[in-house]
Amino acid sequence: MTDPAWIEHALASARPQAMSALLRYFRDLDIAEEAFQEACLKALSKWPQNGPPRDPVAWLIFVGRNSAIDGVRRRSREQALPDEEQLSDLDDRETEVVERIDAADYRDDVLRLLFICCHPELPATQQIALALRIVSGLTVAQIARAFLVSESAMEQRITRAKRRVAAASTSFETPSAADRAERLAAVTTMLYLVFNEGYSAAGESDGRATLCDEAIRLTRLLLSLFRAEPELMGLLALMLLQHARTPARFAEDGTVILLDDQDRSRWRKPNIAEGLALVDKAIRHRAPGPYQVQAAIAALHARAASPADTDWAGIEQLYATLERMQPSPVITLNRAVAVSKTAGAQAALDLIMPLAEPLAGYFHFHGLRGNLLMQLGRSREARAAFDQAIALAGTAAEAAHIRAHLDRLTDV
Amino acid sequence: MQYAILCYNDEAVVGAWTKEEDDACMARLGAVQEDLIKRGKLGPHGRLLPTTTATTLRKDREPPLVIDGPFAETKEQLLGFYVLDVDSLDEALDIAKALGRANPGGCYEVRPMSRFYAGA
Repeated sequence: MTDPAWIEHALASARPQAMSALLRYFRDLDIAEEAFQEACLKALSKWPQNGPPRDPVAWLIFVGRNSAIDGVRRRSREQALPDEEQLSDLDDRETEVVERIDAADYRDDVLRLLFICCHPELPATQQIALALRIVSGLTVAQIARAFLVSESAMEQRITRAKRRVAAASTSFETPSAADRAERLAAVTTMLYLVFNEGYSAAGESDGRATLCDEAIRLTRLLLSLFRAEPELMGLLALMLLQHARTPARFAEDGTVILLDDQDRSRWRKPNIAEGLALVDKAIRHRAPGPYQVQAAIAALHARAASPADTDWAGIEQLYATLERMQPSPVITLNRAVAVSKTAGAQAALDLIMPLAEPLAGYFHFHGLRGNLLMQLGRSREARAAFDQAIALAGTAAEAAHIRAHLDRLTDV
Repeated sequence: MQYAILCYNDEAVVGAWTKEEDDACMARLGAVQEDLIKRGKLGPHGRLLPTTTATTLRKDREPPLVIDGPFAETKEQLLGFYVLDVDSLDEALDIAKALGRANPGGCYEVRPMSRFYAGA
């Protein structure tokens, strides 16, 4: 007797590894997907009676491979494999398969499957949709809901992305260390995109919250395969520490609650504990990178019991480090927030003035500028900045937040 | 006689639980534990964070080797455990090294806990 909910979770969590091994075997996404589907159907009929196999991933790869080969043979009118009899004594065969597919293979297989979704010709939204469909196994309907488009539009988008990926040749040889590093970099960028897609609009639709969970699940899987990669630890920590705040980020009417005003007792403690532990682990490597620095910033926020306890000087230093690693006006803007806390609104305003041109179309630039001007008592200029911010707001929640500032200004 | 129960499961599956499923499981366990506490049978217990947060100290060499990840060798068996209250992974590893000098050979897996109960 095996619990159906358990089987469902086992199939979902086995999917990335099983799919990637099947892809290596068949070198064709559609055949691999079909094989995995077949294996899942067999699992749903076999596992409840026989109990789950010792290694669900190996079982699914073995059964999926056989049913796909069987399908090919049937089509070419050869004799079919005696599937069902094979399944009955699968235990011994399963052991063989496990021995052949060792961790090193899984590792490069999963990385390859994720890397295929990051094809540089695919726009970011297609990369994300493809990864969610192929690697995570979300349904087209689920993905469409997350992106707020119709199911048929999403179906088309995924089909087009698949065609493009199939035309591109990704090597199935064991990657070199340099290839592996390159693939990891592309994949971590894509995973962070998935996370951000979910994070930026978490208050707007439930469908998007799934994206954060998926990004965390896939990053955790990748880290379990590449255990000594400090940037992967950093990325997972960053996601967990940001995701921990979700229950406190939105008011009941959907308006944004900024970090300073959030009820910190609502932050998810297990996520924070895991994130802080990963930052600790990553730092020991003495090989800092952008994700680790961003995670360290998130960790300083997570460690502060109240906004007043925040180590703003530490945060400013970390943003300065991040600026040196990847100079960008957005990072300078973030450093300015820390500067406003340590050196005051005027110092922060001086820091962001040169950003007016590069960030002219950036919501948060005008929001912060309005805020700093408001703190300095320059209400008229503040109002103008807030008006610009509202015009650039990407979500209703962002606009509502700025409107609340404007209301306060009118009261003065 | 005191017994330790060591909990094993597929963390990918447990990690895929929704918050509701996780809460429901913790509530079912809580009911069993409450009964054990009333009867004075329950000692310290806790829940570990995923193996991605684990660090392993191989103490069969000098200096000992620190490896990212959980204990993964099958020819050694779990023989005991410690619960530490420390400020950082570095501090935990320093203690593990001191214990390792007193008892060389094999290794220690050092893993943070998400929940800890001292027991009744």
